Parts: sequence; structure tokens; C-alpha cells
Amino acid sequence: MNTDPTPIASIEQRLDAIQTVLHRHGMQTAEFIETFDELAHAHWVPANGAGLVARAWTDPAFKQLLMTDGMAAVREAGLSMPVHHRHFVVLENTADIHNVICCTLCSCTAFTLIGLPPDWYKDLAYRSRVVREARTVLHEMGLDLPAQTQIRVWDTTADTRYMVMPQRPSGTDAMTVDQLTALISKDALIGVALI
Amino acid sequence: MDGMHDMGGKQGFGKVKHSRDAAVFHAEWEVRANALYSLAVKSGVFNMDEYRHAIERMTPQHYLSAGYYERSLTSLATLCVEKGLVTREELEQLAGGAYPLAMPSAAGRSNHANRVSFVPGDHVRVRDEHVSGHVRMPAYIRGKHGVVISQSPAYPLADAHGHGLHADDEPTYDVRFEAAHLWPQGAEAAQVHVAVFESYLELHT
Repeated sequence: MNTDPTPIASIEQRLDAIQTVLHRHGMQTAEFIETFDELAHAHWVPANGAGLVARAWTDPAFKQLLMTDGMAAVREAGLSMPVHHRHFVVLENTADIHNVICCTLCSCTAFTLIGLPPDWYKDLAYRSRVVREARTVLHEMGLDLPAQTQIRVWDTTADTRYMVMPQRPSGTDAMTVDQLTALISKDALIGVALI
Repeated sequence: MDGMHDMGGKQGFGKVKHSRDAAVFHAEWEVRANALYSLAVKSGVFNMDEYRHAIERMTPQHYLSAGYYERSLTSLATLCVEKGLVTREELEQLAGGAYPLAMPSAAGRSNHANRVSFVPGDHVRVRDEHVSGHVRMPAYIRGKHGVVISQSPAYPLADAHGHGLHADDEPTYDVRFEAAHLWPQGAEAAQVHVAVFESYLELHT
């Protein structure tokens, strides 16, 4: 009796196999991979979300729209979200409140606006710990918040998507929207960094 | 299901390996894995809830040892077999070796029979239910009470949608919990907001 298990195919072999299956079912796999690569690297970038924040900082009417009907603000800015995202909520940091987003169940994010999630966001350490010991996790990631700051953690467990609006730094009154946009990092839109 | 994916509040993982401007992808095949499952969703082979559930159904040993994109690939391959696009034998022949897939699914469920709607300010309790199929209730809020902050538009109920079943769309509520209540004497002070389907909630009295 042969009890040796068949060795597991390499990840590349497994991926090639499933690509063949999809192709045989009429899907344009090679073309879509190219399209996806372009979207992921050139279109779904944090500058989209940063631009929304910078505009809200400088335009009270737009800020009002962004805070009350995020999807409408996204459309008005010429941006988009996938069809299964029906609700976009912007979380404003203030002197007293700091927001941070996560997905304990998987990796959900407003990826068309802040970019696909970075590696650490998808890792087990961030997903398990940030809901239970946010202050320590943020400290370890280089963000020390005043003791009196209220921390709000937003777990993306449904198809509502979140983005953090960081506080506008002082001394930026003369900056243009483009200059302000350039100040705002992906980490700040997730809530693990300030500006 | 009470699967390994339900990470919120688990202990012992150590520091987050954070770097500034961290990468999304670390190899070409990862881009391809992400693209191919997206293509399958776009082509109507399965929906996002089915995709998530097939990841949850990976054995805990496989889930923990696989990286993020191997989990994507495993879900994609599992669903292609379950949907009849290919048999496991054909897949293993094409791959030239064994092809680990997720475990079979338990039954899904529909909207809760006693579902009621809520308004901001309502005190609610997460129903103390153990669900063997797909569910988007992280275990750390089960049986806990919180306060409704706002309501989302109606969505397909993940518990049905993740099994290819039909159910009424229903809203999710942004519910605020206190970390000290979720993990008494075992958490740092914070407010934890969770998006909770209406079917998972009851009025807290």
C-alpha cells in the first residue's frame, strides 16, 4: 500500500491550473490580469482619498456632502467604488477623537479610494489586536496619542466602507488642494498615522 | 461559523510588522491571484460573500500557514470545483500535484424570523447565536450590548448570499461597543464600531 501523500503543487502551478480553467470557460484571463494590474497600481491610489480630504478641508460645502453622503461626494469628485459598496462613511479626527479602521474577518477596505490594503493590514497581528489594544498597537506603529484622546476602532464587517479624515496640520493655510493632498498618506487615511 | 478567520481579540500574535508605504503585493503571482478571483466575481461565477466564506472554510491549519493570496487562490479553486467548472481530479492533474481546497459548507440561513428595525440611540444586543454557515458577526460581539449610531442602505444578507441563497436585503447598523465591555478587565479603553446586520440584533432591555 502506498501511503505517501501526493506532494502539493506549487502555488504557481495551482494558479496556472485555475487560470486555465477560467480561460476554458471563456474568461479573458490574460487581458484581465493586465487590466487589474493597471487598476491596482495606477488607479486605486491613496491620492484619491487624500484628494477628497484635502478638498473637504478647504471647501465647507464639499465637506458637508462628504460627511453626510460619502457616495455622492465620491461621484461628484469623479471617483467610483465597486457596486457591492453601497455606503461610504468618513470618520473625522478631532482634538478629542482618533479613528482607526480595520477588518478583523478579512481585509475589507475602500480600496478604490485609499488603495488596496497594505500587507500589515491583512496580517493576523493587526486584525487580532487592534480592536482590543488599539493604543498599544498604534504606539508600536509609531503613533502616540495623548492619554485623553478617545480612540474609535471601526471594524469593516459589512459592505460599508470607511476612511479616516485626519486633522489638518497647522501652518497649511496657504497651501493649495494639490499641495494638501500630497501631505496625506495612506496610513493617515487608515488611521495609523497623523500628518 | 466559528472559524480561524475570526481574529478579533485573539491574543499572542506579537507586534504588527508595519512599514511606511508598505507593499500590497510581494510577487507577480499575488497580483494574478487577486485578478483571477476578481474576474470570477465579475463574470458571475460566485459573489463576494461566497468568496469570503470559502476562505473561512479552509482548515485552521491551512488558513494560518497560507499567506493572504494563497487564501484567495484556495477560495477561487474551491468555488470553481463546487460550481462545477472543473473537478478536483482535473484540477490536480492540471496543477501536477495535490491541490488543497477548503472544507465543504454547512447550510446557509435566511433573515431572522423576529427581525425588527432600529433607530440611532437604540440600545441593542447581538443575538447569542452560533451559526455554522457564513456569518458576518465577529465572535467578540456575540451576546454583547451596544448602541446604534446609524443605519446603512440595505444589502444582501451575507448569511444567505454566501451560500447562493436568496433572502431579503436588509440594512446593517453601525453599533458602538465599549472595549471594556467586550473584554472585561482584558482590553484597553476604546470604542469599537461594528457594522451589524439587522438579523443579528435584538432590542436590549
